[in-house]
Amino acid sequence: MREKILTYIERNSRVNLKDLAILLGTDEVMIANEIAAMEKEGVICGYHTLIDWDKTGSEKVTALIEVKVTPQRGQGFDKIAERIYNYPEVDCVYLISGGFDFMVMIEGKTMRDVAQFVSDKLSPQESVLSTATHFILKKYKDHGSVMVHQSKDERMLITP
Amino acid sequence: MRNPLSDAVVNIKPSGIRKFFDLVSEMEDAISLGVGEPDFDTPWHIRDEGIYSLEKGRTFYTSNAGLKELKVEICKYLNRRYHVEYNFQNEVLVTVGGSEGIDMAMRAMLNPGDEVLIPQPSYVSYEPCAVLAGAKPVIIELKAENEFRLTAQELRDAITDKTKLLVLPFPNNPTGAIMEKADLEAIAEVIIEKDIFVLSDEIYSELSYNGEHVTIASLPGMWERTILINGFSKAYAMTGWRLGYACGPKEIIAQMTKIHQFAIMCAPTTSQYAAVEALRNGDEDVARMREAYNQRRRFLMHAFREMGLECFEPFGAFYVFPCIKEFGMTSEEFAERFLKEEKVAVVPGTAFGDCGEGFLRISYAYSLDNLKLALEKMKRFVERLRAEQKRG
Repeated sequence: MREKILTYIERNSRVNLKDLAILLGTDEVMIANEIAAMEKEGVICGYHTLIDWDKTGSEKVTALIEVKVTPQRGQGFDKIAERIYNYPEVDCVYLISGGFDFMVMIEGKTMRDVAQFVSDKLSPQESVLSTATHFILKKYKDHGSVMVHQSKDERMLITP
Repeated sequence: MRNPLSDAVVNIKPSGIRKFFDLVSEMEDAISLGVGEPDFDTPWHIRDEGIYSLEKGRTFYTSNAGLKELKVEICKYLNRRYHVEYNFQNEVLVTVGGSEGIDMAMRAMLNPGDEVLIPQPSYVSYEPCAVLAGAKPVIIELKAENEFRLTAQELRDAITDKTKLLVLPFPNNPTGAIMEKADLEAIAEVIIEKDIFVLSDEIYSELSYNGEHVTIASLPGMWERTILINGFSKAYAMTGWRLGYACGPKEIIAQMTKIHQFAIMCAPTTSQYAAVEALRNGDEDVARMREAYNQRRRFLMHAFREMGLECFEPFGAFYVFPCIKEFGMTSEEFAERFLKEEKVAVVPGTAFGDCGEGFLRISYAYSLDNLKLALEKMKRFVERLRAEQKRG
């Protein structure tokens, strides 16, 4: 049941509990309890809103930064990650496999903001060897939602 | 000038709800609960295979019975999902949708004067196909109190010396009814005793919400007297690709293939390549869509219960079939008023046979938001009708 709840609210966290209970064929109290428990256990970490800022006319830039580091003795990558993710302007930090170590996602008001973050805060860190910053030009799909167009029901109204 | 037309065709009665269909098509801003096809797009990896096959220039005919890879995958699939075995070499025919398979099977199996048993309410094509094959359709009226399942007694009562074929349309369009293993065993006994054949239309087999679908071909003694019809339209949301298949004993499939060869040549090649991908890598898509339908099904049942509409709980396809007899009007009158007053299109039960009178087919192949909106309107409409009745 937990998996079913999570699968549903991952796409629509605003569903009301009564509806969700009907959809999953269970009762509302049980769903409420499960969700509360998962919030407490940290399975559910937050509820966010997916916003296409481009449509609001507000100027925001997002960048993906590849970061190469030297892990510190006894602390591995976690300590370095912490030094990075503690900056509030950092959205995501992932440890990844492949040619570099961290993927850092950052959102700034302007490109200058982002550039400044990289040059002033990220690169000077002792364990950071190199960075490569990629600015996002257009978001096509985010969190499973396609942002470029809305599909329309083109089926005939009635078919046998 | 001489009459250019065939009497047999002219005499097939047109669908009784043509008028209603025309009415709906004029309403541009209506919202609909009347569609008989999935609301999902065909999963991208399947579409991509179709596109790839075009890019590779696979624009030729395939062999009459279908691509070998596809027939192999169909046999593997039927074995893995429904525990029936078919030989891909001569026991499978790939058709243009399940509909073609129904037509081919009837034409291959029926002689003039043979009787075909057609349980109704059911899909609209069985009766005309039987007539076009020169046979006589005999309707079995399924009952709401049996949850629109076919009982052994109903079957026995309908069989005469001339009965040759039983159409078995489960999971059912329009009722959403299913036949569970015990139901099938009960009728299989009659079928074997009376030595008749079965045309089992299992196009909705993947949309079963109460345990696994059972095919009658998997019961002892039934494989050799069953033509199994299935396809890609409902399970993989591939209606527009027009692809289905028929499986059965090679003697029957050979004759069906003969007609198919002359009438159709072969099913669309692009669709066949896409279907190979669907069967190889589509199980997760099917499970995802089934879960979504099941959620909406629960939602709809709940809404009908709250409205106080009588409705048995359907466990198959993507339809519910509520009863509207309490309002004292025909299905078509109800549907017309509902359309005119609330701009919601539903299909009157009579579209699927006379015994659908007093019922509506409501499809849940729609997004939840769409369903919610339509159900709100339905609630308002039903309350208005009840108030009218009270006033007399």
